[in-house]
Amino acid sequence: MNAGVGSQMNATEAATNSQAASALQVSDLHAFYGESHILHGVSFEVKRGELITLLGRNGAGRTTTLKAILGLTGKRTGSIKINSAEAIGLAPHKIARLGIGYCPEERGIFSSLSCEENLLLLPMVGKNGMSVDELYTMFPNLKERRLSQGTRLSGGEQQMLAMARILRTGADILLLDEITEGLAPVIVQTLGRVIRALKAKGFTIIMVEQNFRFAAPLADRHYVMEHGKIAAVVERHELAAKTEMLHEFLGV
Amino acid sequence: MTEIFGVPTQALWGQLMIGLVNGSFYAMLSLGLAVIFGMLNVVNFAHGAFYMMGAFFSWMLLNFLGIGYWWSLLLAPIGVALVGIVIEKTMLRWLYQLDHLYGLLLTFGIALIIEGIFRDQYGVSGQPYDLPEIFKGAFDLGFMMLPKYRAWVIVACLAICFATWFVIERTRLGSYLRAGTENPKLVQAFGINVPLMVTLTYAFGVGLAGLGGVLAAPVYQVNPLMGSNIVIVVFAVVVIGGMGSILGAILTGIALGLIEGLTKVFYPEASATVVFIIMAIVLLIRPAGLFGREK
Repeated sequence: MNAGVGSQMNATEAATNSQAASALQVSDLHAFYGESHILHGVSFEVKRGELITLLGRNGAGRTTTLKAILGLTGKRTGSIKINSAEAIGLAPHKIARLGIGYCPEERGIFSSLSCEENLLLLPMVGKNGMSVDELYTMFPNLKERRLSQGTRLSGGEQQMLAMARILRTGADILLLDEITEGLAPVIVQTLGRVIRALKAKGFTIIMVEQNFRFAAPLADRHYVMEHGKIAAVVERHELAAKTEMLHEFLGV
Repeated sequence: MTEIFGVPTQALWGQLMIGLVNGSFYAMLSLGLAVIFGMLNVVNFAHGAFYMMGAFFSWMLLNFLGIGYWWSLLLAPIGVALVGIVIEKTMLRWLYQLDHLYGLLLTFGIALIIEGIFRDQYGVSGQPYDLPEIFKGAFDLGFMMLPKYRAWVIVACLAICFATWFVIERTRLGSYLRAGTENPKLVQAFGINVPLMVTLTYAFGVGLAGLGGVLAAPVYQVNPLMGSNIVIVVFAVVVIGGMGSILGAILTGIALGLIEGLTKVFYPEASATVVFIIMAIVLLIRPAGLFGREK
């Protein structure tokens, strides 16, 4: 019966969006931490294979938006559709299984696990996960350090590990929070190549990014957040025309 | 007769052996406490009550159903674990977001209730649990007699402790537990059913206490107060070893059992307090415990 409802929804969506199916659709999302109301009606939609960014100053609600999608905040209202399934009422471990991979801002490498244990920790959430061999080819450092304690890795290696482990799970929607933060320029360049390769493979990617120069050439669309809302949307082709406005919002 | 520092060696070996038996129980109980604290953030004061419950279940299995020692090694801990699951799912679950103190108070209350029920039914005098035939008698080691059952207790406890350590530190299942102890929210966001893991961890921890109780039944008498007698020492062991450290709990448990035994030989007056003296010293020098990490 579930499958029937799912395909029906896909059919109606295909009718309304002639171009591509929606991978993630967030509508009027409100989220709370205890008593404090952090998100005030966030709405955006990401189609399959798109890469978007959430930009904004610290405290604008970008990280909270990712956490609210994953069910890591307190109370949430509104609607979050992940691969056409409603996720607002689900427990966090069920949300992940809709096909989401999450790379947290603090990277979330476990210190009591070795590099390889960190890599193998996450359960499969989709069909087309990359094999460990493929990942070691993509990130050769991780193979060398596979027996090291997770937090003994360098910052760059930890970031690669945090990326690699979600690629293994078969997640097709990636939520990446500040992946370039605190990393050397050469590693940021490597990450840029990785992201480009993933986009070419058809991953849907939502990035929270402080480093606008890193994000600008990669993204299809930018959402600027302020005070827990989407304040502006900038399409890729509008970037040049709206640079002035973006600088104002981001306070660069 | 040979003597060391004026103490007959027979008495010394005898006390060391008793110390090792006690230490094995300390290790097994503090191991469960450490695992539970790591995952649930709850100081499980009901641990002694579950230990006592394990002993009573095995006594009941024998006296009411005629089920012997070997089956009760399996069935009694499962029964204790099931009680643990009910308590975790209906009560403890609501306290994880709060201060440690609430979990401690709740489990302390549960311990009093469980103990009260058994005292009401069986009074405070102990019920004997007969040794299985195979364990009657002793090994003659030349320098001392080693009762067979005590040898079995030491071997069984050490094997269980080692197996638990191995599963937690060296296997896939254990990596879930370690990661969940560090950052349960993130682990759940990766798609692992953390609430289920928490329930099973609690069941495992108290089941281990129940198994300790079954092993203890023939050594000590089956008594409603046996849990509260041992649990205070076990908490001292966990404090000395460091909360949440698996290996620390095991090694400290055995070491303190031995130290207690030695104290009984050389200065019996202090044997009941030596553990707490050590605890005070460790708290002064290393507040996080010998194996604990500062937070």
